[in-house]
Amino acid sequence: MQTTDDDEVISDAPPHVLRGDAAKQVQGDEDFVGRTVTVGRPRRELYDFWLQFERLPQFMDNLQSVEKLDDQRSRWRIKGPGGKDIELINRLVEDVPGEKLAWESEEGSDLDTSGLIEFTDAPPGRGTYVRFVMAYDPPGGAIGRGIAKLLQREPTIQARRDLRRFKELMETGEVTTNASPSARSSETPTEPRV
Amino acid sequence: MRAVTWHGRHDVRVDTVPDPEIVNPRDAIIRITSTAICGSDLHLYDGYIPGMRAGDILGHENMGEVVEVGPKSTLKKGDKVVIPFTVSCGQCFFCQKQQFSACDNSNPAETADASEIMMGHPMGGAFGYAHLTGGYAGGQAEYLRVPYSDIGPLVVPDEVEDDKVVFLSDILPTGWMAAENCDIEPGDTVAVWGCGPVGLFAIQSAFILGAHRVIAIDHFPTRLELAKQLGADILDYNEVDVRAALAEMTGGIGPDAVIDCVGMESHGMSIDNISDTVKAHLFLGTERPHALRQAILACRKGGRVSVPGVYGGFADKFPLGQMMEKGLTLKQGQTHVQKYTRKLLDMIMEGKIDTTFLISHHASLEDAPDMYRHWHDEQNEYTKIVLKPGLEKGEVETLKEFEHEPA
Repeated sequence: MQTTDDDEVISDAPPHVLRGDAAKQVQGDEDFVGRTVTVGRPRRELYDFWLQFERLPQFMDNLQSVEKLDDQRSRWRIKGPGGKDIELINRLVEDVPGEKLAWESEEGSDLDTSGLIEFTDAPPGRGTYVRFVMAYDPPGGAIGRGIAKLLQREPTIQARRDLRRFKELMETGEVTTNASPSARSSETPTEPRV
Repeated sequence: MRAVTWHGRHDVRVDTVPDPEIVNPRDAIIRITSTAICGSDLHLYDGYIPGMRAGDILGHENMGEVVEVGPKSTLKKGDKVVIPFTVSCGQCFFCQKQQFSACDNSNPAETADASEIMMGHPMGGAFGYAHLTGGYAGGQAEYLRVPYSDIGPLVVPDEVEDDKVVFLSDILPTGWMAAENCDIEPGDTVAVWGCGPVGLFAIQSAFILGAHRVIAIDHFPTRLELAKQLGADILDYNEVDVRAALAEMTGGIGPDAVIDCVGMESHGMSIDNISDTVKAHLFLGTERPHALRQAILACRKGGRVSVPGVYGGFADKFPLGQMMEKGLTLKQGQTHVQKYTRKLLDMIMEGKIDTTFLISHHASLEDAPDMYRHWHDEQNEYTKIVLKPGLEKGEVETLKEFEHEPA
């Protein structure tokens, strides 16, 4: 996009927190979702864990399975809104060891999406800043996104919760759950309660 | 198992619910032997805390015996343990800084959202205290699942009686941290609003930390009498103008530090409190911070304001300008229980802190609904209630009969 000097974005912030004209300028028409968490573990360890995409369902709630197809490609099965599964064939498009992984869905996927996970050093002694950014075309457009949000499968909410679970797993060795008894007959003491 | 459950405002019941189970490797299951009713349980009882759901099990002042452990728990079956009310992972940035109540991992990913929206950041987890703090079942029950059991529970000697150590779960560390937050210096006068259990422990702690004088404020004669036994000077706010009294008693300077052990449901018929009560009932406000307003106005210039009292949201007419012009320092927060339990246990064992003087009643779990009502309606006679799942229904033990005479 052609811009004049007046239009330049001057904030030292990642693209997914820009708003208004600044967002349009940088993101175009794509929908960006992003979130950063601090994880108190070394960069390389977190990268190594993430590189094994088959392990992502351990903390990504809506990801049912990831199946490795070859060195670059894997098949992701995701719970979509309304009980409909979404299948993606993702291709690794960037791999900077210890720093960054990026992937894109290939033709034949149910959804056009691309994702990026970045690992940068937090201030000394504080571990790693882990940033997850995703661009996607929501199924069913704005209405589909509204429905997904009601069902809590909206990507912003998903990304936030998935990253929290990733942090829990990396720092504590387990995914935190409030599973415990209540006097509600719809619940069991071994399942999380929302 | 049997458990004390919340069903709505002023509706506490005892229900039969499933037993808890080990879910994660670091879990443990505790058979509860003592579980106290906290002043902050009254905020739930009165419906002041958002995020409760009908059927939630109450109780965050818990202790008992370890009966089951996950493969990564460091506890052993048979250990006698006190359970901090805060659930803390021990490994996140905050736990590493000993800010255990700010734990970033103990509020599950799903429930963390609501408190992140309300508070700006997700709150740490806690037992039996609404879904904003994780939605964990409480321990006013026969059994309790304790996550991250290698970090929280404090193993205590088998021979020590429950009543002596059960308050390490919450109110003793809370009173201690409240006094610590006063940064007490030699010669200091500390004023304490509210002589409930936290206030009484704050008074004891303030003396241990070197306060020259403590002035306690309440309107229940028996609670003021307990404060007096600890060595505090007392003020019944129905008898005196509290600010005038504090100014006179400190030679016009004012107390060097003030502690609000009252929180969001202040008593009293002052104009500001009546207005706050009306707003709370109309859902226009969540706080009734009358005591805190008075404490800030009473505090000396450059003094310290410590707030262990529970608040949940936005307060009206908060004296911010008074804080600024007098240069006050405000410290508050949920207690970092695990930071204090070991040290305070040692002090209990050495006889430096008295932890049993405030207990007025023991009762069974089955009598909990009655006990909640007494705790709410008869604060002069019921100064602290400890539920014992081992007692039979109706087996209420009155440990202290309070005379109805002015303190």
